[in-house]
Amino acid sequence: MSESQPLSRLFEEKAKAVSAVVSTVTSLEQALAHAVDLCDKKDACQILVSGCELPLSATGEALCETKQQKILAAPGLEPKLFAKLKELAAERGILCIDTGMRQRLGGVDIAFTVADFGIAETGTLVFDSNSEEQRLATMIAEFHLAVLPVSKIREKSFDLEEELLALLQKSPSYTAFVTGASRTADIERVLALGVHGPLELHILLLED
Amino acid sequence: MQTAKDLKEYRAELREALDNEFLRQAMDKFAVAYRGSRAKAFAGMDLKGLIADVAQAKDGAAQRMDELLSEFTAKAEAAGVKVHVARTALEANEIIAAIAKENGVKKIVKSKSMTAEEIHLNDHLEGQGYEVTETDLGEWIIQLRHEGPTHMVMPAIHLSRYQVADLFSEVTQQKQEVDIEKLVKVARRELRPKYVEADMGISGANVAVAETGSLGMITNEGNGRLVTTLPRVHVALVGLDKLTATLRDALRIIRVLPRNATGQAISSYVTWIKGCVECAPAPGGKKVHHIVFLDNGRRALARDPLFSQVLRCVRCGACANVCPVYRLVGGHKYGHIYIGAIGLILTYFFHGRDKAKNLVQNCINCGSCKDVCAAGIDLPLLIKEIHARIQDEEGHPVPSTLLAKVLKNRKLFHTLLRSAKLAQKPLTSGGFIRHLPMIFSKEQNFRALPAIAPKAFRDLWPRIRPEVKGARLKVALFSGCVQDFVYPEQSVAAVNVVAGRGAALDFPMEQSCCGLPVMMMGEMAAARDVAQQNISALDPAKYDYILTLCASCASHLKHGYQKLLGNDPSWAVRAKQFADKVIDFSSFARDVLKLAPEDFRPGGGTATYHAPCHLCRGLGVIEAPRDLLRIAGVEYKPAEEEDVCCGFGGTFSIKFPELSAELLAKKLANAEATGAGTLVTDCPGCVMQLRGGLERKGSPMRVRHMAEILAQQIK
Repeated sequence: MSESQPLSRLFEEKAKAVSAVVSTVTSLEQALAHAVDLCDKKDACQILVSGCELPLSATGEALCETKQQKILAAPGLEPKLFAKLKELAAERGILCIDTGMRQRLGGVDIAFTVADFGIAETGTLVFDSNSEEQRLATMIAEFHLAVLPVSKIREKSFDLEEELLALLQKSPSYTAFVTGASRTADIERVLALGVHGPLELHILLLED
Repeated sequence: MQTAKDLKEYRAELREALDNEFLRQAMDKFAVAYRGSRAKAFAGMDLKGLIADVAQAKDGAAQRMDELLSEFTAKAEAAGVKVHVARTALEANEIIAAIAKENGVKKIVKSKSMTAEEIHLNDHLEGQGYEVTETDLGEWIIQLRHEGPTHMVMPAIHLSRYQVADLFSEVTQQKQEVDIEKLVKVARRELRPKYVEADMGISGANVAVAETGSLGMITNEGNGRLVTTLPRVHVALVGLDKLTATLRDALRIIRVLPRNATGQAISSYVTWIKGCVECAPAPGGKKVHHIVFLDNGRRALARDPLFSQVLRCVRCGACANVCPVYRLVGGHKYGHIYIGAIGLILTYFFHGRDKAKNLVQNCINCGSCKDVCAAGIDLPLLIKEIHARIQDEEGHPVPSTLLAKVLKNRKLFHTLLRSAKLAQKPLTSGGFIRHLPMIFSKEQNFRALPAIAPKAFRDLWPRIRPEVKGARLKVALFSGCVQDFVYPEQSVAAVNVVAGRGAALDFPMEQSCCGLPVMMMGEMAAARDVAQQNISALDPAKYDYILTLCASCASHLKHGYQKLLGNDPSWAVRAKQFADKVIDFSSFARDVLKLAPEDFRPGGGTATYHAPCHLCRGLGVIEAPRDLLRIAGVEYKPAEEEDVCCGFGGTFSIKFPELSAELLAKKLANAEATGAGTLVTDCPGCVMQLRGGLERKGSPMRVRHMAEILAQQIK
């Protein structure tokens, strides 16, 4: 724990540098409560998703209208935790799902995930993304909220080589490095977040 | 895109680009911002080591291309992928169209791929009736405008928010506000249905890892993830040069590429895909996945002893980011499909001589691209080599052949210079040619051109040669043409500084032009010939140092000669010995003569500095001249962008005067803004350009070679 402390600090610094919101939790239960709070309190959790307030084409409008309620997606969460999350969400009137992302392509409010590894040097989260539901949820969500167990943080990508090789050698496999929110600077080199994927990335460092 | 038939048409296009006020401002801002963010991104890292690692990994992969391809194919096919190899662009297009047909595809979404641009994939697919949508924001914008990219990483960098707002208003049939944040959101919502409707996704890849059979994609927007996840078919188009042996090699590339491209420590997403992953709408819930490897000349390039290094390119676009010419004219005029220095080279191999012939002449040889390249590719050399090859294929233009002939014959060359001195007499005053003779166009008028000096340095030498007794060093002076015939006073100043400080100077009379001008013109045979003459004239075994006051000569003597003669067994050893002894004036004065403040008189006034390209990048000499100014009692006032080219570039300024003039104007504005009385530099070519420009402007600022400042201040 004491050894990983500086690494988690480095991770936090680098993740914040790319606009991630980083905080600390001491248990997964606490993380669940955080997810529901975030959905409840933040602007993200609203029926209208980002961009839908703007003048769009008929097709663009139509997809916007498919989203009719606040949605929290948590694919891949272990069943007991998912049940807990669902219960907490229901109390606030939020729909909690772990499948059926293809029916939600208009957008969901929050994707809740647990990262497999972290790379401190760049503030990067690593996900085994074989599950299509996981891949989709983390792309169509307005906010991505990820839990990262501090024990899974390594300094550099090279320090993860063995674990990455194991992931990549699975057949088939889809592995994702995620660093900050979806971003673009394609118009006049002005940075804009949330071009296709999440507008915000929230990271909960789990002190395990 | 290159459409110009000849250099004349190309220059007209360049002038048009120079008049694009928005483009100029956007490019200037970008060039300055990029330098800062790149430096920050690599802070504390062993940059040279990283670059060497990438070069080594990529070279190794190129040498084992077919072996890695087999290894990759076996791994990927075991995971359900169908791997294809296309020998040509057309084959790749046909393979992809056939995949679309056999899967009953109607709509296609694409993530950004330069390789797809290379083969004009969209045109081919649209021609067969498929709807293709680019989903990278910049690519979507240029697709809607029916344009090619102007940067490999930021394809729409040439467009303003106003143009994008107009475009999006058209697309949505709704009036859009001119607000970048909002425009990005509009794209988010407009493109989302495209992914939903698409049956096939096409992506590129930044790496293809042979040991695992995985593709790696580096993206920021995340569109690559949607393109490879939502549609039931995924086709990846991958150049054979993207194969890497190991995951470690791929991680090395990922460590450098985003930092060098945009100054990001890493991009928002790095996606690794192997095999037919879960995909609900696909048959059996498994993605239909094809990988099309593109050869299109890459296998042949891998076997080329000189050009194989172009396969190291990781497509970061940094060579454009730092190129002073790209900065002036933008990517539509500085590439065909591939942009920047690497684009000039790749255009020749992938899109042919006609598209490349004008482009390759538009390199000022400042070395900025080579200096910044993530894989250490010797871009300026390769550009010159292609220029030479095109001339060999199409015939050498008359001025180029003439210059080559003249330079190969030193006596003829020097006789011509002496006759020019007589011919210019009626046109000359105050060291400048006042009325340009007819052979120069009036486009050359942006700077005053110097007159040939009444007496060449070689004619002064017998009289001024210092008598040195008990010398500890034997030093040969290589003057170069400009200091021999135009500015002999600079060489005289150097002699005065060196004399009496323990070095015996010699000026071997058989020395000639260093040969760089003919190399710039693509006359490789003449360049080799002149190099041999100079090595013979200044026998390296006879001297401890070969001193030159011209940064361009120095860099060419030190590095150029070895490249020209290194493979010739009868010259390689001497070329290396020769190179080892070449030293520039500032390094010689500081490190060999060890000049100290007590050697100088006080009150040297104020000066700013122009760092010649071939000194700061060519020779890596950065601190010596600045130190010397301080040592000599001169108050040094740093200018903005001291290490950006002054626009001379030898024959470049004759060929592209409009570009040279713009570079010069920027350089002089930066120098004058310091308020210094003198502009000091280390290269007579730069002196010629800077002094000519200040003279034309009527500026009181003086230009001095470092040797002249030292000679003026020395006790």
